[in-house]
Amino acid sequence: MNVETNPSREERIGKLQGLGSSRKRVEDARFTQGKGNYVDDMKLPGMLHGDFVRSPYGHARIKSINAEAVLAVEGVVAVLTAADLKPLNLHYMPTLAGDVQAVLADEKVLFQNQEVAFVLATDRYVAADAVELVEVEYEELPVINDPFKAMDADAPLLREDIKDKTEGAHGPRRHHNHIFLWEEGDKAGTEQALADAEVVAEELISYQRVHPCPLETCGCVASMDKINGKLTLWGTFQAPHAVRTVASLITNIPEHNIRIVSPDIGGGFGNKVGVYPGYICAAVASIVTGKPVKWVEDRIENLTSTAFARDYHMTGKIAATRDGKITGLSCHVLADHGALDACADPTKFPAGFFHICTGSYDIPVAYVGVDGVYTNKAPGGVAYRCSFRVTEAAYMIERLIDVLARKLDMDPAELRVKNFIAKEQFPYTSALGWEYDSGDYHTAMTKALETVDYKALRAEQADNRAAFDRGETRSLMGIGVAFFTEIVGAGPVKNCDILGLGMFDSCEIRIHPTGSAIARLGTISQGHATTFAQILASEIGIPAEDITLEEGDTDTAPYGLGTYGSRSTPVAGAATAMAGRKIRAKAQMIAAYLLEVHEDDLEWDVDRFQIKGNPEAHKTMKELAFAAYNQAIPGLEPGLEAVSYYDPPNMTYPFGAYICVVDIDVDTGVTDVRRFYALDDCGTRINPMIIEGQVHGGLTEALAIAMGQDVSYDEIGNVKGGSLMDFFLPTAVETPFWETDHTVTPSPHHPIGAKGVGESPNVGGVPAFSNAVNDAFAHKGLTHTQMPHDHWRVWKTAQRLGLTGA
Amino acid sequence: MSKIDVEMTVNGEAVTASVEPRTLLIHFLREHLNLTGAHIGCETSHCGACTVDLNGRSVKSCSVFVGQAAGKSVTTIEGIAHPDGTLHAIQEAFRQHHGLQCGFCTPGMITRAYRLLQENPSPSDEEIRYGISGNLCRCTGYQNIVKAIRAAATELSAKEAAE
Repeated sequence: MNVETNPSREERIGKLQGLGSSRKRVEDARFTQGKGNYVDDMKLPGMLHGDFVRSPYGHARIKSINAEAVLAVEGVVAVLTAADLKPLNLHYMPTLAGDVQAVLADEKVLFQNQEVAFVLATDRYVAADAVELVEVEYEELPVINDPFKAMDADAPLLREDIKDKTEGAHGPRRHHNHIFLWEEGDKAGTEQALADAEVVAEELISYQRVHPCPLETCGCVASMDKINGKLTLWGTFQAPHAVRTVASLITNIPEHNIRIVSPDIGGGFGNKVGVYPGYICAAVASIVTGKPVKWVEDRIENLTSTAFARDYHMTGKIAATRDGKITGLSCHVLADHGALDACADPTKFPAGFFHICTGSYDIPVAYVGVDGVYTNKAPGGVAYRCSFRVTEAAYMIERLIDVLARKLDMDPAELRVKNFIAKEQFPYTSALGWEYDSGDYHTAMTKALETVDYKALRAEQADNRAAFDRGETRSLMGIGVAFFTEIVGAGPVKNCDILGLGMFDSCEIRIHPTGSAIARLGTISQGHATTFAQILASEIGIPAEDITLEEGDTDTAPYGLGTYGSRSTPVAGAATAMAGRKIRAKAQMIAAYLLEVHEDDLEWDVDRFQIKGNPEAHKTMKELAFAAYNQAIPGLEPGLEAVSYYDPPNMTYPFGAYICVVDIDVDTGVTDVRRFYALDDCGTRINPMIIEGQVHGGLTEALAIAMGQDVSYDEIGNVKGGSLMDFFLPTAVETPFWETDHTVTPSPHHPIGAKGVGESPNVGGVPAFSNAVNDAFAHKGLTHTQMPHDHWRVWKTAQRLGLTGA
Repeated sequence: MSKIDVEMTVNGEAVTASVEPRTLLIHFLREHLNLTGAHIGCETSHCGACTVDLNGRSVKSCSVFVGQAAGKSVTTIEGIAHPDGTLHAIQEAFRQHHGLQCGFCTPGMITRAYRLLQENPSPSDEEIRYGISGNLCRCTGYQNIVKAIRAAATELSAKEAAE
């Protein structure tokens, strides 16, 4: 069998394209030729199309629904309303946060564009026509969309369906529009620290309502096979197994008779974690008609009805000594969850991991309290390219540190360094209870400051400010520094679950007799076919190009909780490595038999087992794979397969130092991002090319959030920012050049030391941009101005400070 | 609804069909011809995922009625590769330089780049950025797309010089 021509060890490593290789993506061949397989590309015989009648009002009672005229239209098959779903007990569905959501509005609508009726037709044009013909009579009700007024004594009651419930999924409700109060930390101790402090900085820091807005909207195709009783759902699902379990619980169809498939997905960013009324309606429609049913939302429906993100209003107080040592942190959050609580957080964490808000700093005592409230806005509160509420936490602490720096008249970078958790303090337990796995913040920050020549930038800024005051320029320079710590990879099953499902992940590997392999994962995502094959290549010594990766089909993949919160690499990546190690362990036994030595006399080397001290005597994985299928080995079953379900012992804590330089034209508010430097430490780097791509993309999303995105509502409940005319997505022109850099501090508990990176740039990017804008005006007395920093708002800030000409 | 007969050339092949006059070109391509490479991202001509080439110009096919394409020549992403199946230099450059992630904007982006490099065979980075500003991408931050288009321009110019 051994036909190799003695390649060198380096050649053998190179051939694997394992960890650290910038391997080109295997996904690209189909995408560059238009051969992707997205849900709207699907076409099944006899397929019907569903479309929603939606509420034009933010809050109204439904007096009547008349669909008679519609049913007479040729091509219209049916119109579903809550009245049709009630007998099936499907008019409400559970949310991921322990609340309920009307699948179709039941007597009342609670936000503009809420789903009221589902029209089913033979063609998407007919369905769209029919939607216009459904007559719905409404009685308008008073609207609440300011979260600060939601708990006023005279605030209108939004949720009649739960008005008598004084106990919610996360404890007592103290008002009819209150969802929960969630607290963590030492309240009394923190109050004492604030009372005793030499300096206290306080600020209301709002993170506006935004939307993940993936380029592909949400959608599905449901197909009920009435012969064998099996329901198949293809759709934009970031967590297909969880969808299967939820679908089974809702419909009472046994779980083995439900197949969920996530085909290619055109971006998710958190938007595709939830279960939406469209999925349920399509499934019900297919069950009722026996025909496949497609539902794909349009862009306006996507922006206004499927999961938004943020809407967090954070009042931070930070205590410090006069020389800049932080002594305590307190934060109260008013969390606007919209009309129902559909946050995608682990069950025990209604505010996600917001209590990572002590950030990268050694803060002795801290407290957070989060009040969730209902308003007449769309539901959601998902982790838009971040781990659960981590970007909110990082924004709050990184802005607050800058506010404190102003108050202390200290350089914000220096204040950060002074309070960093030191390298030797890891593993470090924060005041709010997290155990940070590893970090070397000082090294990362020093590298960042030196690379951009921070001192020179500050000197240039001083010159710019003097020139501005002399009237020689109308442009102000701002420098934003952010140092973030993320918490990703949820999570240990002992404290992380979603709807009772532990947040482990999984991998199953089959090695074929000729030495190639297939691996199936419980998670799903783009890039995995490339990177997870690399993890395996390094673990089992089979070249990445000989390993097929399959994900997203619940009939074939092992159970997993899906992709969000940067959990794929920390959890599924770990499962992949562990399954690979099981393969290797069995291969070692086979090698021992073939080489007639004890297992302990063998050592693993790149792609083979060799006898210690005699590397010439070896068996490659390719040979061992064949032996597994053709040799009768005493005490060993034939075949070479493994499954690993990985329950991570801890989260991982990626971190990074970002520095942004902007130039602001005070007369127009135009803010030019002159330079952006991003240093990321995500532990072991699996594929540098893909990591950099992730960082570029995440920074561009951070730019969009900080500089323009805003899904706001007017006083009568109309959503503003509900189309791409109003909702900011940067083009290539607004997007600056990104400078990327890295340090490597492996996670001590992850099998390959990787921490995850996809969301770091969003978490660190937003405060870096915002700090830069605020910094540009700091010498004129500005401490904080709310995002988004679009031209108009920046101009308003300049005007308020008396800097504009007019 | 009454129908109209249309004839056009799509990726070099003559096509005839009888369709509702209100049919948008993107739906005609995707649903009647099963050319699902061009995507629908917004239906309001902002995102460019539906970009195709119509008589030598980039158009957003979500905002073009099928009748407006009658008698004309349409090229979609499915028609960009060479007839022998080898990839066009732009397609290859997107792979080499990691100019795509989720792949949803990619067909429109490549189809636009294909036209851009005919309009301006050696664009500067700034010209590339302006040239693709009608096409949105949510994953890549554009940096590697710009790099890929620049590389393809160099490759195509070298090839032309050699011929």
